[in-house]
Amino acid sequence: MIKRSIFRSKTLPYFLILPQILVTVTFFYWPAVQGLAQSLMRSDPFGHRNTFVWLDNFITLFTDPLYLKSIGITLIFSLFTAFVAISFGLFIATMANRALKAKPLIRTMLIWPYAVAPAVSGMLWLFLLHPSYGVVAIALKNWFGVDWNPVLEGGDAMIMVIIASAWREVSYNFIFFLAGMQAIPKSLIEAAAMDGASPFRRFWKITFPLLSPTLFFVMVMNIIYTFFDTFGVIHTVTQGGPGGATNILVYKVYQDGFIGLNLGSSAAQSIVLMTLIISITVVQFKYVERKVQYAG
Amino acid sequence: MVEKTPILDTLTYLFLMLGIVVVGFPIIYTIIAATLPIEEVSKVPMPLIPGDQFWVNIQEAWTRGDLGTQLFNSFIMAAGITFGKIVVSMIGAFSIVYFDYRFRTVAFVAVFCTLMLPVEVRILPTYEMAANLFGPLQPVWDALHLNGLVSWIAGHEIEVALEWSLLDSYTGLILPLVASATCTFLFRQFFLTVPEELCEAAKMDGASAMTFLRKILLPLSKTNIAALVVIEFVYGWNQYLWPLLITTNPKMTTAIIGLQHLIPSPEDVPEWNIALAGALIVMLPPILVVLFMQRWFVKGLVDPEK
Repeated sequence: MIKRSIFRSKTLPYFLILPQILVTVTFFYWPAVQGLAQSLMRSDPFGHRNTFVWLDNFITLFTDPLYLKSIGITLIFSLFTAFVAISFGLFIATMANRALKAKPLIRTMLIWPYAVAPAVSGMLWLFLLHPSYGVVAIALKNWFGVDWNPVLEGGDAMIMVIIASAWREVSYNFIFFLAGMQAIPKSLIEAAAMDGASPFRRFWKITFPLLSPTLFFVMVMNIIYTFFDTFGVIHTVTQGGPGGATNILVYKVYQDGFIGLNLGSSAAQSIVLMTLIISITVVQFKYVERKVQYAG
Repeated sequence: MVEKTPILDTLTYLFLMLGIVVVGFPIIYTIIAATLPIEEVSKVPMPLIPGDQFWVNIQEAWTRGDLGTQLFNSFIMAAGITFGKIVVSMIGAFSIVYFDYRFRTVAFVAVFCTLMLPVEVRILPTYEMAANLFGPLQPVWDALHLNGLVSWIAGHEIEVALEWSLLDSYTGLILPLVASATCTFLFRQFFLTVPEELCEAAKMDGASAMTFLRKILLPLSKTNIAALVVIEFVYGWNQYLWPLLITTNPKMTTAIIGLQHLIPSPEDVPEWNIALAGALIVMLPPILVVLFMQRWFVKGLVDPEK
């Protein structure tokens, strides 16, 4: 889209868009193309020669049990984190929307965790869930007799990174759900109440369906968050351990590529992740087109 | 809300209180831990009454983690990203909306598609690019045999290697992150809602494009800019992967990365009081920005979705 009334200049518009294009080409497109090329090649141990190997890197990748395990771990991690963050965020937002007094105060008390970096959030929960000092770990042991040890137990470590990642995302989801609920016309709710619908029925029959575009958006954003932005949590809390139990895809790329210097495999992994985020984005925009019928 | 439901209302507030406590628990516990001496913090379970060692721990964390330097770096990085993103996106969106030229749509699509290329999916090649910005030009240089030319001019054998590294520099921390599809998109959406008459009137009065941008669009964009400042500052401050990759010098790294060195490893004395005091310092700036600019923050988050 463009304005009807526009300025005329041969060079100015190019100068204005140039910084943006330079940065995107240098730091986005060029590296992406390099990654794509690298994923089809194998370098010799000294890095002098690259041989073109077609899809060998991808075949190696998808027959590697460690990579397949990492895919499974990422899915579990992502789904549970998103589920916890969305259900908790939606619940709190519904409550906050019902509250008559102190709304701004309530909102303030609930949004600040979003400002905490994933890595710092990981650090706080690392302490709370620490097997020998953490208060939550001790409570679990004393009250429920759970032998909590995320340092040795893969399952416990997974729960720990899920909590640390979801905590921060609850605030994000809360903000969106609250904004979404406030955009629903009061008259709809009132009309339903007059017809004798209970608050619960009103929530499930009116608020929830009208919230579905927000819910979808939040789901997409949560999945992107859990796939990519949780790197800081993993790096601080478990470093992918114990025994690869929390080694999610994005952490594996970093470990294999940046630490292990396995260029071909790391590039192939990057391409897999790239394909994934492209599909998520495409699905998201396809859906946004259809959003009108819900919102209207 | 609509009818009187005293029981439900009480429950609502009860659940809200519970939610606030659950969400706030980690920070309350962190604050308490940061006030305790080492003997207390490693007690099992840790006492829930604050101690009097708060300033001692803060000072210890500050000096041990070299937080002064690193907070300054974090601030430069966050401010640089915020400023850079807003300027680059605003003039970019202005170019796309107010001019008609051949590559307009191509440029817009190119900027928009960066949404699909977060740094996490191109770690190594982006690092290589930052390690030597001239890297891609070296093959061109070699292919043109420019070394020979330089040697001929200089009169003796010279081997020229093109190198411009962004590692361990503020430019490296900031520049790769200033391209933003969301910001550009937000400005574009906003410019499209600006009445046509404003531009016509400005043109009639003989204003140039840049004058129109500065005198009319900029003041009109104030609320959008405020919202973006909050969002992008928090985003910049909380960056993790990128500074981890391109900084190796502790003097050049950001506070969030530096903080990780305060976490006690299993064989250390478990000085969690120091580590958590450091965490408090590092997370304070973005929290303050979000709390004090809450209205802009919520607007900045929710608006781009529309």
